Amino acid sequence: MQKWKEKAVKLGLLGASSTSILIVLLIFFYLIKEALPFALDPGLSSLSGSLWAPTSMLKESFGILPLLTGSLLVTAMATIIAIPVGVIAAIYISEIARPAEREVLKPFIELLAALPSVVIGFFGLVVFVPLVKSVFGLSTGLTALTGALLLALMAIPTIISISEDAISSVPSSYKQASLALGASKLETIFKITVPAALSGIVASITLGIGRVIGETMAVLMVTGNAAVVTMNPLTSVRTMTATIAAEMGEVAFGSHHYRALFWVALILLGITFALNILAQKALSKYKLG
Amino acid sequence: MVMIGNQTPPQIDEPEIEIDVQNLDFYYGKHQALHDICMSVPKGMVTALIGPSGCGKSTFLRTLNRMNDIIGGTRVEGKIVIQSKDIYAPNIDVVMLRKRVGMVFQKPNPFPKSIFENVAYGPRIHGIKNRAQLQEIVERSLVRAAIWDEVKDRLHISGLELSGGQQQRLCIARALAVDPDILLMDEPASALDPRSTQRIEDLIAELRGDYTIVIVTHNMQQAARVSDYTAFFYEGHLIEFGKTERIFTKPNNKQTEDYITGRFG
Repeated sequence: MQKWKEKAVKLGLLGASSTSILIVLLIFFYLIKEALPFALDPGLSSLSGSLWAPTSMLKESFGILPLLTGSLLVTAMATIIAIPVGVIAAIYISEIARPAEREVLKPFIELLAALPSVVIGFFGLVVFVPLVKSVFGLSTGLTALTGALLLALMAIPTIISISEDAISSVPSSYKQASLALGASKLETIFKITVPAALSGIVASITLGIGRVIGETMAVLMVTGNAAVVTMNPLTSVRTMTATIAAEMGEVAFGSHHYRALFWVALILLGITFALNILAQKALSKYKLG
Repeated sequence: MVMIGNQTPPQIDEPEIEIDVQNLDFYYGKHQALHDICMSVPKGMVTALIGPSGCGKSTFLRTLNRMNDIIGGTRVEGKIVIQSKDIYAPNIDVVMLRKRVGMVFQKPNPFPKSIFENVAYGPRIHGIKNRAQLQEIVERSLVRAAIWDEVKDRLHISGLELSGGQQQRLCIARALAVDPDILLMDEPASALDPRSTQRIEDLIAELRGDYTIVIVTHNMQQAARVSDYTAFFYEGHLIEFGKTERIFTKPNNKQTEDYITGRFG
């Protein structure tokens, strides 16, 4: 009887933990199922164009290049902004700040992490859009840079809180050994503590980028949504996520446009998947001990 | 031969003094951990600090390289003179102090870096960049710490992959690499097996003469084996200090005698 009970519990736990695998597989399956017919008609080559005009009356075109570059541009800029700010803030909070400062900083950072992206989007519309417009003298503040700033704002709390955990869990015996050799506090932080916490810091950055690349609402609100191929941060762009969010609701079920959007989703999933694998590799490489 | 008190001890037959502790009081917040310690540590000798847990011997050791500074709320009164400078004077550079006074900890704590980088870390932060020079220092330090033969073919592997005893000798090599005059050891063998302990003790005997060594130990036999001088601490007071041989054969103080004969502690 006891044995049977144990088996049941084990099975239950196994089921619960396999659910996530099952769901990921189902998502993959469903995306592919809906996207696949597009490969036959009108063919995959039509995805490679540089014009995204899925509802054009003259000629539908499904070139995802502008969406890809839009996502890339916004994500790359957000990452470049968020990494130094996030990591430096984490170092400050865990190694330099006095306990009283830490008590104030940490809850605010956690609050920032918990803000819904729509709310951050509103903040962007009211603050960042006019700011970018007036600083660079543009006709509109709805640009890739504005989106990147907002996304950085969303990635920073993730980077801070996970990096901070990693840095403060570095054994104090390392720090003591370094100090006892005559290293200053800063030398100890940058040559011992941060390298020892590197795997956690890399993980925090990956999660931060993950949030950035998948983020939809905020970028939809502030990037202007012009599907053009550009690497100029001061022009309007349209990201893959924003495209799906904006167009999925109005597309005719089963149409070419509908299937093209599934391709966009599939590519997005592929990118996040690749990022995750890269991060895992980076993590195992930095783990020396 | 007993060197208690801050009056200058007679110089005939007396070894040169490396560390002169004068009326040292130490506080953790309101709690006073050390009371009026006066002690002259002789140069080039091994001095053992013994006493029951919580007697202040480790705290005292850490006042000698100001490692207690990193704990908040601590306070020091009195003087510690090393090479004719009061190390608690306001103009003292703690970095230079710690370069001269190395430390080995109770638990081996190599950095999560390669063996080479562990040893090269100290010289590097003190400004040595030349690769050949670093290699020379690393080899010399590892030889000095009696671990070179075991690791010379794998200097690139992580220090954490070594056994506990090897890790501790690596830590000693790391401390020697910055060329200190004084070596503080905080129960360096207490986390090790008997064979590794033996090797550490042999190593201390080899380093004796070139370095002034102050070692905290729980192990009475160890103190008797490795040290020239012994200081017995009890409840934050220095009870007795003198030649190890005399302390262990003819202690002046009843508490010292009780402790070393194992009646308490």
